[in-house]
Amino acid sequence: MVTPQTDALLRTRVLHALDDVTDPEIPVLTIADLGILRDVRVHNGVVDVTITPTYSGCPAMNMITLDIETALARAGIENFHVNTTLSPAWTTAWLSEAGRQKLLAYGIAPPQEGSGRGSLFGTVEVACPQCGSTDTSRLAEFGSTSCKALWRCNTCREPFDYFRCH
Amino acid sequence: MVTNTISVSETPQVLYALRRADDALILGHRLSECCGHAPTLEEDMALANIGLDLIGQARALYALAALREPSLEGGRANTEDTYAYLRDVGQYRNLLLCELPNGDFGRIIMRQFLYSAFIDPYWRAMMKSSDAQLAAIAEKAEKETAYHLRYTSEWVIRLGDGTPKSHDRMQAALEFLWSYTGEMFDTDEAEAMLQAEGMIIDASVIHDGWRTTVQTILDRATLTLPQSAWMQKGGRSGRHSEHLGFLLAEMQQLPRSEPGAVW
Repeated sequence: MVTPQTDALLRTRVLHALDDVTDPEIPVLTIADLGILRDVRVHNGVVDVTITPTYSGCPAMNMITLDIETALARAGIENFHVNTTLSPAWTTAWLSEAGRQKLLAYGIAPPQEGSGRGSLFGTVEVACPQCGSTDTSRLAEFGSTSCKALWRCNTCREPFDYFRCH
Repeated sequence: MVTNTISVSETPQVLYALRRADDALILGHRLSECCGHAPTLEEDMALANIGLDLIGQARALYALAALREPSLEGGRANTEDTYAYLRDVGQYRNLLLCELPNGDFGRIIMRQFLYSAFIDPYWRAMMKSSDAQLAAIAEKAEKETAYHLRYTSEWVIRLGDGTPKSHDRMQAALEFLWSYTGEMFDTDEAEAMLQAEGMIIDASVIHDGWRTTVQTILDRATLTLPQSAWMQKGGRSGRHSEHLGFLLAEMQQLPRSEPGAVW
């Protein structure tokens, strides 16, 4: 028999299973760290997982959906739906603090708070993930994936990815 | 699987979604043509990424159109894919600006700048739409188009205020594209109905802000705004340039010749 208690237990199992689902392009981040896992609801034994894309055309979304389905099936959970929502739109503010630390350790500069808007040519101070220097410059607005830009440290001369803020 | 051209029941809501989706898909496709051909690797990735954003926005808008379109005979419904792959030139509703051939890098940048300077404030205003789904698409798209506007503005300035050669090419690009910009601000009866319901905004209210943005960047780029006030139109009602047919022939070739092909 399905009770609120069994639903709550099932939700814990789902969250645990989703801890293994990472972003295919930034494998150190789980979808929860990244903030694209928006909601997990369980009602009468039916699981609804809601995710949101970082960018409209993010090519990783199909793969993430597939990874979620695989993780849940592997955990023995059968009755589930994976939904995609656009609103409220993902922003880099959804990135968890743990996620920001993992990014930095992985060599990607995390987004600077509040640097997404502002003036047309707003400047932003980005610290080098290798040596910590803030004497850095942007090489290109678009980097190795649509969510990153390419920067270079003027102190240690290493190029690095910067997680674009928006 | 249907391979021949679909019919679309263009209620005002469907027509509106298709117009915006077609703009994004066709311009996104044009940018995808640059993949592997841009002057440097960084710009290659930038143009491909902007194209990706636009095609993502197109998908959301086609999905909305499919949701809003009354079912066809036999309960069959159109989908994102049938709108993109199984409509002919005359059924496409995009702005003529979006289908123009790429030309040189300067023209690609200028076209993207003129469009982004319009579509970014347009989506920002659409975030207040009374239609929750349109407001959500607008909220998502606006963050991306703001970035496109910044990227293209920087290039317009750098190339316009660059060498005599880059300046002349940018001025030529502007002259070539200018008469295609008026169509962005047009409205018609179908859209007026949706405006009255608060679902969409009147694009003409964006015009003055757009003009100011364009003038500001062109001044910094030492480029001159063309004087001609005569504007091309026709894309919104399916009267296209010869270029769209070639684009669709390439884009639709696979689904039309291999019905039911899946990835």
